[in-house]
Amino acid sequence: MTRDNTVSETAASFAERFGALPATLPEGEPGWLRNLREDGLARFQALGLPTPKLEAWKYTNLRPLEKTGFAPGLPEDGTVSIDWVPSLVKDRPAKHRLVFVNGRLRPDYSGLGDLPAGITLEPLATTLAQDPGLLESDLGRIGRAEDQAMLALNSAFMEDGFVLRVGTGVALQDPIEVVFIGGLNDQPQTYHPRNLILLDDNSQVTLIECHVGLGQGSYLSNGATEVRVGQGATLRHVKVQAEAETGFHLNTTHVEVARDATYDCFGLSAGGQLARNEIAVRLNGTGAHCQLGGAYMVRGQQHCDNTTVIEHIAPQASSREVFKGVLDDKARAVFQGRIVVHRDAQQTDGHQLSKALLLSDGAEIDAKPELEIYADDVKCSHGATAGELDHDALFYLRARGIPEPAARRLLIQAFLAEALEEIEAEEIRTALTEKIEDWLTKAERSRGNSQGGAV
Amino acid sequence: MLEIKNLHVTVEDKPILKGIDLTIAPGEVHAIMGPNGSGKSTLAYIMTGREGYEVTEGEILYKGQDLLELEPEERAAEGLFLAFQYPVEIPGVTNTTFLKEAVNAVRKHRGEPELDAMQFIKLVRQKTKELGIPDEMLKRAVNAGFSGGEKKRNEVLQMALLDPSLAVLDETDSGLDIDALKTVADGVNALRSPARSMLVITHYQRLLDYIVPDHVHVLAQGRIARSGGKELALELEQNGYAEYKEAAA
Repeated sequence: MTRDNTVSETAASFAERFGALPATLPEGEPGWLRNLREDGLARFQALGLPTPKLEAWKYTNLRPLEKTGFAPGLPEDGTVSIDWVPSLVKDRPAKHRLVFVNGRLRPDYSGLGDLPAGITLEPLATTLAQDPGLLESDLGRIGRAEDQAMLALNSAFMEDGFVLRVGTGVALQDPIEVVFIGGLNDQPQTYHPRNLILLDDNSQVTLIECHVGLGQGSYLSNGATEVRVGQGATLRHVKVQAEAETGFHLNTTHVEVARDATYDCFGLSAGGQLARNEIAVRLNGTGAHCQLGGAYMVRGQQHCDNTTVIEHIAPQASSREVFKGVLDDKARAVFQGRIVVHRDAQQTDGHQLSKALLLSDGAEIDAKPELEIYADDVKCSHGATAGELDHDALFYLRARGIPEPAARRLLIQAFLAEALEEIEAEEIRTALTEKIEDWLTKAERSRGNSQGGAV
Repeated sequence: MLEIKNLHVTVEDKPILKGIDLTIAPGEVHAIMGPNGSGKSTLAYIMTGREGYEVTEGEILYKGQDLLELEPEERAAEGLFLAFQYPVEIPGVTNTTFLKEAVNAVRKHRGEPELDAMQFIKLVRQKTKELGIPDEMLKRAVNAGFSGGEKKRNEVLQMALLDPSLAVLDETDSGLDIDALKTVADGVNALRSPARSMLVITHYQRLLDYIVPDHVHVLAQGRIARSGGKELALELEQNGYAEYKEAAA
């Protein structure tokens, strides 16, 4: 076998393993799916792992992935024992929940509750086995691999994930939760969750995605999610990324938003040694709305990348983005936000904001806002700031008797609160606030330890 | 209560205070008056522990201990309070959260039990009522978007809650119209007690019509040029600071 120089070792080793893969797939996998996999593999082989030479990956280097030499997961990896399953709302797992361990469904922890008629939540593998044609027009069509190597890799090797379908006019009050647990194996592992969210016209649902590392094993979660929001429908999508410090989290979400529909997404990212959340939204219908919010907290040597592309294709659509991050130690963050306003997208209203709070001199953020506007009647703005804690505010709080660590904490919480304000559901906002508090407590502890260690 | 001895302070190597001596007994109200740039605010900040000020000579004893050895939060917990000339706006932190954190931090330091949410609300409501402060000010972010008068009233509320032994009021009259000034002064006067000392720093005499001091000191060119009773303030009002500027130059 000849290897192209541009193909990394990892790509090549994945490719070599692919030969054995069809044998492990369910019987009778339909041709369209096989084509999708083969196309994904060919593209990944041609593209290789993204490198900083690519504009879209300028600030995020995946070289540590190549060094690790991940092996694809095996079916038995999904059955390792776990003590508990985390939930966004502490001690209150959602009524409707799917749990995946090392990329594989855990029926023992999953429960669908009494989903109303018109809503289906099932594992991808189940849908593909029971109704092989059902997803043909969506899977790999909403998110096209084209030049996206990690999505192509996911398409080649995806095994499971969730499929959420909501019928016309159906609204569900209680959130649906999907939990992905990793980090439980000694051997470096990779898995490729693939999810589909399909909302028919005028439907409404809230989906909470939790990615949590419970062990200390090295792993790569390379997830991809495709979302279609039908006319007048609303999807509230909450994503919590709390991978283990040993984990790599790469995630690609592609969204199609129809006329008068809303895609409202909030991501809290605090885990992983390297994380990239990539969201691409296409506002296809007049009056479509998209809201992307994010808060991230990184310390040590962590790296967190939020990359978004919002395409205004139809007129009178609006988009709003607010990303706020806190960086300590030598952590790095990336924000790349591109807004493209197509020629017909008149009366577009697009706003974007990225703010970073740097708690140490060694922390760094690279922010790259990009506006590409081809229509003439539009309202677009963007802003990116990076700064340290306000010394005057810190002194004011201390002058009132509040010790420095508590004062810093108050100011950090206040900084992130602006991003959380965008979340309407109070229970979710409170749960996310608690996650932030947990992180701050851990950060304080490690700060205390490292200072103690220096003495 | 407070003893400042031969205090010399520099800011970025520039001498600002050049030998201050000042003693304040419990319950006394002292006023420090002086022209702009005489070092009034520097005195307030060095007492409360703001960064960027260096003591090159002298000392400050507060309740018999070396004040300069303490962190700003320790000074506050020990009962020293600075009413800021420019109270800082802190968006995202509600006044209630801020006040509760401050009160409990100080109580903890003093070995008193911390207040729970209900106990705190009861205390703060009692203080706002006494001071005529609307409760809605508690729900807003600390000083964010407050008018000049609201900011200063918020300072007085903090003083009432923290119950200090020594309050330093830095240019409390700045940015206030006469009505707001009266309201704030009433609040301060309500907090006067034989156990509480105050150091009122001001450029103008008018504040001292409402907060009447026991002693007045004129600060000029980094030194106390003259000390006297409350009548000294009136004299300054008539003659201005010209003679002190010339004398020092």
